[in-house]
Amino acid sequence: MGRTLSEKVWDEHVVRSSEGEPDLLYIDLHLIHEVTSPQAFDGLRLNGRTVRRPDLTLATEDHNVPTLDWDKPIADPVSKTQVDTLRKNAADFGVRLHPLGDVEQGIVHVVGPQLGLTQPGMTIVCGDSHTSTHGAFGAIAFGIGTSEVEHVLATQTLMQAKPKTMAVTIDNSLPEGVTAKDMVLSLIAHTGTGGGQGYIVEYRGQAIEELSMEGRMTVCNMSIEWGAKAGLIAPDQTTFDYIEGRPEAPSGAEWDAAVAHWKSLVTDPDAVFDKEIVLDASEMTPFVTWGTNPGQGVPLGASVPFPEQYENAEDRIAAEKALEYMGLEAGTPMREVKVDTVFVGSCTNGRIEDLRLAAEIIEGHTVDADTRLLVVPGSVRVRLQAQEEGLDKIFIAAGAEWRGAGCSMCLGMNPDTLEPGERSASTSNRNFEGRQGKGGRTHLVSIPVAAATAIRGTLSSPADLTPATTGSN
Amino acid sequence: MDAFTTHTGVGVPLRRSNVDTDQIIPAVYLKRVTRDGFEDGLFSAWRNDPTFVLNDPSYSGGSVLVAGPDFGTGSSREHAVWALQNYGFRVVISARFADIFRGNSGKAGLLAAQVDEKVVQRLWDYLADQPGASITVDLETRTVRAGEGPDAIEDSFDIDDYTRWRLLEGLDDIGITLGHADDIDSYESTRPSWKPATIKS
Repeated sequence: MGRTLSEKVWDEHVVRSSEGEPDLLYIDLHLIHEVTSPQAFDGLRLNGRTVRRPDLTLATEDHNVPTLDWDKPIADPVSKTQVDTLRKNAADFGVRLHPLGDVEQGIVHVVGPQLGLTQPGMTIVCGDSHTSTHGAFGAIAFGIGTSEVEHVLATQTLMQAKPKTMAVTIDNSLPEGVTAKDMVLSLIAHTGTGGGQGYIVEYRGQAIEELSMEGRMTVCNMSIEWGAKAGLIAPDQTTFDYIEGRPEAPSGAEWDAAVAHWKSLVTDPDAVFDKEIVLDASEMTPFVTWGTNPGQGVPLGASVPFPEQYENAEDRIAAEKALEYMGLEAGTPMREVKVDTVFVGSCTNGRIEDLRLAAEIIEGHTVDADTRLLVVPGSVRVRLQAQEEGLDKIFIAAGAEWRGAGCSMCLGMNPDTLEPGERSASTSNRNFEGRQGKGGRTHLVSIPVAAATAIRGTLSSPADLTPATTGSN
Repeated sequence: MDAFTTHTGVGVPLRRSNVDTDQIIPAVYLKRVTRDGFEDGLFSAWRNDPTFVLNDPSYSGGSVLVAGPDFGTGSSREHAVWALQNYGFRVVISARFADIFRGNSGKAGLLAAQVDEKVVQRLWDYLADQPGASITVDLETRTVRAGEGPDAIEDSFDIDDYTRWRLLEGLDDIGITLGHADDIDSYESTRPSWKPATIKS
């Protein structure tokens, strides 16, 4: 019988397999940031261990860092200690680090692909659940905890039980104006937050094939939000074109050998998945969340649901609690929900294509007087590229704040946070209670919805905008 | 890691589903560089509510958390496990755990006992009737027990064999893996030369 893509990649990385034990899996790339690594390096020191493969390890600073005044010392002393600790650990153990201020610094999941370090058929881990992003290249990539970070540092392997396999097939094409983000939010609303638990998911079908690498990363990024171990997409010409010529990509004869291998990384026609889900992209519309987990979403054209409509008691109670936290009335059209802050950025939607799309919609418009728009590039390279294209000028002219690179308002760990009761439309990945700051209320949205919402001040899509008054062409 | 065989302690009912790791410990508490002291951040937003279960003195000293399904979703932060442990929890019982949380628990020595949803409901009812009552979790026999007499609750829980063995023995994963260093060496000798490296030799 044939094998699925994920089974092929898995099998290629098994160092040791023994009945009744998890497989010992080799890790091709270990990404590190300041928050989940200090205790792991401490563990190495305590036990007199070293980093086995510094040359397969890369560190950057992203969660804690400010997106203003990044050329000055970090003001929060506790954040500074954590960042300083990473710098010391990287120096002590010989790990390559891109610190704040470095041209390669940025969100770890933006930096890896951008450098060309993320390639098909690899195993990639990081102490961050959105490591699933790298699956867009046909890699098995997943988040790990700090004990596992220490395990990978010491051994370059992980003990992992082989997950089950699932295919998510998205047939047909996305309608105009509907993005990868809407696709994945629709999927999560369909499956619930636990629907992927125990599975490595392969996204396939026409709508997936038609996505750019950026779009594929957005989809794979949110695999964890419906509980999947990892999500991946078979590499194709789109993938190879994205990687070719990047700083850490193979070249010459090595490139040819790599591509020849990568082309074998597809699910065999006779392979069988443990589970399959099929969705129709042509039926998808701009999609937003109303609640406090990523599965609590509806089309933008719909209304805040009534808790009574949920048959399952747990869903009903969860909906009641979510509405209370979010300060929403059931039955309110989503388009009437007024937001205070719009956040464009994160490892979900902070790449150059995202900023281009946001700028295209915003150009010639003005941000609503009562709304704040924060545009945060996913990396310094993205920031520089955007500036080269003049996107920063479009954002600033519209009244947006143009920031430095980092995780920013995705997670409430650096100075960019919501105030209690403040409501955001956010292109990030989690709408959990307090995720963007204590008491903050988050609606997850796509880039076009974020841009249109910033202009109108209420949840909107570009179709709701009146034409720009001052175009720049 | 200390070995875990059986534990009896006060059960704490957390009647919520989808308890994500941002609820267990918000990001703002993750800035420490040690493994201890995270108890102050545990469920910090909910603890502001005087009616929250951890503020109910009947459950003080609780060490067995009984939670709704999809416990530990979201972020990979092992700090969520440390916060529960630092606070005094040894066991979390739920009908479904997020993968990363379950993995982190096994590594750090917190027992994540997966039971049928009906068992969670019975434990919740029991703890509501008798606040402060104990629950026993026996890893040897994979059994959860509470109460006495005809209404006593006794049911099995799921945990994978390997994690159970490691917890029972209190073993360190890294030590076990380093015992297979020859296998890792030999695997490395077969890796293709075009695989990327962060540092050029």
